[in-house]
Amino acid sequence: MERNTNIHTPVYIAGVGIISPIGNNVAECLQSLESGNAGMGPMKYLSSFYSGEIPVAEVKMSNDELAAVAGASNKTSRTALLSMIAAREALLDADIDNIESLRTGFVSANTVGGMDKTENFFVDFLKDPQKGRLRDVVNHECGKVTEIAADALGIRSYISTISTACSSSANAIFYGARLIKHNMLDVVIAGGTDSMTKFTLNGFNTLMILDRGFCKPFDDNRQGLNLGEGAGYVVLVSQKVADSLSKRAYCQLSGYANRNDAYHQTASSPDGRGSYAAMSAALQMSGLQPYDIDYINLHGTGTNNNDLAEGTAVQRLFDPHYPKMSSTKSFTGHTLGASGGVEAVFSALAIKYGLIYPNLRLQTPMHEFPFKPETSLLKGESVNHVMSNSFGFGGNCSSLVFSKIAG
Amino acid sequence: MIMYIRSAAAISPQNTFGDQPLLADAVEYNNNLLKAIEPDYKTYIDAKLIRRMSRIIRMGVATASQCLQDAGVQQPSAIITGTAYGCLEDTGIFVSRMIEQEEQMLSPTAFIQSTHNTVGAQIALMLQCTNYNNTFVHGAFSFENALLDGVLLLKENEADTVLIGGMDELTKYSHDILKRFGLYKREDISNFGLFNVPTKGTIAGEGAAFFLLADQPSDRDYARLEALSIVYKPKNIEALKEEILRSLESQSVDLNEIDLIIDGRNGDIKNDAIYDEVQKTIFRNKPSLHFKHLCGEYPTAASFALWLAANILKAGEIPPTVANDKVKNIQPQKVLIYNHSQNIHHSVMVLSATDVKKNIH
Repeated sequence: MERNTNIHTPVYIAGVGIISPIGNNVAECLQSLESGNAGMGPMKYLSSFYSGEIPVAEVKMSNDELAAVAGASNKTSRTALLSMIAAREALLDADIDNIESLRTGFVSANTVGGMDKTENFFVDFLKDPQKGRLRDVVNHECGKVTEIAADALGIRSYISTISTACSSSANAIFYGARLIKHNMLDVVIAGGTDSMTKFTLNGFNTLMILDRGFCKPFDDNRQGLNLGEGAGYVVLVSQKVADSLSKRAYCQLSGYANRNDAYHQTASSPDGRGSYAAMSAALQMSGLQPYDIDYINLHGTGTNNNDLAEGTAVQRLFDPHYPKMSSTKSFTGHTLGASGGVEAVFSALAIKYGLIYPNLRLQTPMHEFPFKPETSLLKGESVNHVMSNSFGFGGNCSSLVFSKIAG
Repeated sequence: MIMYIRSAAAISPQNTFGDQPLLADAVEYNNNLLKAIEPDYKTYIDAKLIRRMSRIIRMGVATASQCLQDAGVQQPSAIITGTAYGCLEDTGIFVSRMIEQEEQMLSPTAFIQSTHNTVGAQIALMLQCTNYNNTFVHGAFSFENALLDGVLLLKENEADTVLIGGMDELTKYSHDILKRFGLYKREDISNFGLFNVPTKGTIAGEGAAFFLLADQPSDRDYARLEALSIVYKPKNIEALKEEILRSLESQSVDLNEIDLIIDGRNGDIKNDAIYDEVQKTIFRNKPSLHFKHLCGEYPTAASFALWLAANILKAGEIPPTVANDKVKNIQPQKVLIYNHSQNIHHSVMVLSATDVKKNIH
């Protein structure tokens, strides 16, 4: 709560880090996005009754392997291991010289904390409340997952965790940006993490929104989503820090908004009122017109309800100037609390490398709309402004706008 | 910064909810487990919805509803909640059924309501409020983060009224687990004697408290919020003191003006030693009172302290149930709340009385 607030102060993205079902770092993910390699497959690391039946998009490493990369104990929650790896990559990528002298924060999102360990603890605990290894439940809270990563990175100026279901890390990113605008921090590593758990798999399964094949976002014959896991972070910096960097920042976070659908705990309103409100408010904040947006990274889960609501909102806001668009969940599955972070990284890379990613497996575009997501990779595009959508349970809808740095 | 607390409402293990004299009769507990006293929810929530809601959702939604009603606000420009544990009851139900039924024949209800943003979402749904909606889930920073987010929105002119709440619920499972971590006293004590038993451990609590924060004063205001600081894992006690002082100074707080400290002592001997040290040094032995004998220990207990401070400033006097010899004759004008959890999360909030005094006897 210092003074010197200027909400129009630009905030830059100086570094990106990611671990996802299509790669263990930025370079590998970029390679997969360019070659069209999706990350879904049969369940390999999660053990579940549904392992032969429901495909998932897992990070292709065991907990032992992740722990070795993260430099942490293999008893650590997978959610925290993913977070540590991606956040560290982002910080190294930003390559900020005098980081120790700066006020650095960590704002991370997740939806179920250390549930991957808790659900194992409960097997013994339910038989006898004195049973179950406490180390498996000590980091159950969402905030503990954030602290494990923050402590590993040595960050303590400001630490926070946001959990608004599938929009969590989009909210984390722009909350981080606001802390910089209010001159409370100079640098914020912001994004989110979530690992595959039986809890979420069964939860989404009871809602009957898991595709038994590979998901087909925005296809007329879509059958639901594939659960994914991963972590994605961006390093947000102030103008002053951006000016001191040896390399050019990826882009600017030029707009953001959080709105609520206020329609149903899990379902989106048919007209996508929350998503429309979030998209239009983010656009307004960026000072752009609909025709300025070059690419929309859609929330695009592949469920009947989401894609219809989101598409309706896109139509209402953009018609007749449709930007290119795609759902990269056709590559990564739905990484839940990590998805806003993962897709913010993809958005920054789209601007830096002039890429539009394909919406995989799209055969029959939704009959309700005049637009059609891209089905092939486009290279050498002029991508100046990208909108990234993240919508979730509880009606939480957030949109971010990333813009190329002028000049 | 000065922000205005236009209303405050709390459901807690004491009789705090609805139209009641401020903590007139404290409720005694003798089992180290302080459960919230729940009102008849029918006044606040549609009867059909109540059945489906878990306790934390009911507590949160009803408290939010009362808070808005007291503030005379129908649609806040933002709804922000803080909860460390989230919806534990529904989470516990879904996990246990999943294990017991070997992942088959599960119903989605508990899962749907298990997400940490459920209370905020249900409030939005009840109000049909499509505005900003956020949920912070970071241990004993959860409520403070929500409060900070609200302050920032007001400063950005993104909002003029923000509904902010802190809540956590105790369940059988969570209590059993936290007990095994040694969080609670081994011997059963009366909550009234919490500060007279110098042993390890504290007593368990829960509750929900909501506030309507605004950037403009009104004639309903309880108090003004002047400062908010958080400190994460200080290297040592000296570093903690320095960081608190630096942060308060940057927010133009003059410690000389503080006439009452409300601290989060919880009866755990090691935990309370930190309060002793901070109290006798940077807080200069100013008169202090405690609150966790009333609400128990839980990660968002600072929201109960804020409710108490706001009410004391509004009433202009300290209720006997929290008073002690040093504070009983004070009519506080400026109150500092200091809370910490496990020496990991430290927070300070500073409140002042509104300009128009209401305590004209």
